Amino acid sequence: MRPLIALIERELALGWGRGGGPLPALGFYAAITVLLPLAGGSDTGRLAPVAAGVAWMALALASLLSLERLFERDYEDGGLDLLMTGPAPLELVCAVKCLAQWVTTGLPLALAAPVAAVMLGAPLETAPLVLACALAGGLAFAFVGGIGAALALGSRRGGLLVAMIVLPLFSPPVIFGGAALQAAALGSGASGGLLLLLGWTLAAVGLSPLAMGAACRNAVG
Amino acid sequence: MITGLRVEGLAIRRGERVLFRDLAFRLGAGEALALTGANGSGKTSLLRALAGLLRPEAGRIAFEGAVDADAARHEAVHLIGHADGLKGGRTALEELRFQAAWLGGDDHGVAAAIETLALKPLLDLEVRRLSAGQRRRLALARLVSAPRPLWLLDEPMAPLDAARRTLLAGMMREHLSGGGLIVAAVHDPLPIDATGLEIGA
Repeated sequence: MRPLIALIERELALGWGRGGGPLPALGFYAAITVLLPLAGGSDTGRLAPVAAGVAWMALALASLLSLERLFERDYEDGGLDLLMTGPAPLELVCAVKCLAQWVTTGLPLALAAPVAAVMLGAPLETAPLVLACALAGGLAFAFVGGIGAALALGSRRGGLLVAMIVLPLFSPPVIFGGAALQAAALGSGASGGLLLLLGWTLAAVGLSPLAMGAACRNAVG
Repeated sequence: MITGLRVEGLAIRRGERVLFRDLAFRLGAGEALALTGANGSGKTSLLRALAGLLRPEAGRIAFEGAVDADAARHEAVHLIGHADGLKGGRTALEELRFQAAWLGGDDHGVAAAIETLALKPLLDLEVRRLSAGQRRRLALARLVSAPRPLWLLDEPMAPLDAARRTLLAGMMREHLSGGGLIVAAVHDPLPIDATGLEIGA
């Protein structure tokens, strides 16, 4: 356990420190939610129905922003070599890195999401559901995004590649979460979409580390 | 634990180029191997293959005394090269502690490493502020703080000053006398008794 605790501590410290920690993602998130009413008209009657959905979609995009660097640094500075000669399997190391990524950027974003939704005119009652979707969805985004980051290792213009790989994998959770929010807005109960989203998150957390491990090994070798 | 290292018929390819083939050697407990060869001949690749980071094209790498080679690599192998995995934004002490905890050492090991490698004045500095030699000493600290039997060292002497080279030679001698194994890629002769092996000849 001691090595893993040390790794978690280090990844969290690096996550907070890396390029301003959660601030770039939060800033990007704030920019989308501020610019949307400016671009699409500030008529609350038009904004309110899409507010929760926009807050949710912007969260997916903002989590994408910080993903590129997830393994890049470790790949370049020999950090992956050090992590691979440690006692834990590489898959577990990757899972820890994604978890730290979620804590340092996904969690702050999830806390910002209901605020953004309400600011855009979503009814206050939807805030808990937006928070629930953002918490679960953010975890899925971190793990699935890790696959993209690992596959893009060693390529130039990695950021573009990460986005291309990851966007199709981001679509299902965005759809499930969006469906939950829409159903709640229509008053027909959000549990179906939310359960699908949770299922997707579980699958992402369980399966992504295998893909990330294989991709990292391939990049290092 | 690892009591011997046996390599048979090893071939490594990087891209289109075969670096070497049919490489074979055996290293027993308490023995050191000095790898020499021109730049790009494959010394680093061989070390990385031994550490399990790089898949050889052909051949076999076996650790005597270990049931499972992969498990042995997770517990019994140190690899130290130019890219040392230390993070520039963290202090030397934080990275020292992490290396030790991650590779299976404890607080006594950390204290011993600080003592042996004279790291005390560096502890509060950010890693990015260290000179190349200081940084190498910090990386080498894991050899002391987390004892493991097989050391794979890539140009370990290169950035060190004369006094630290003598120090490292002493560490190596002590490791060998305790039954350890060392494989080191070098350009200058190792200051300890070692078998030589030229790569890519």
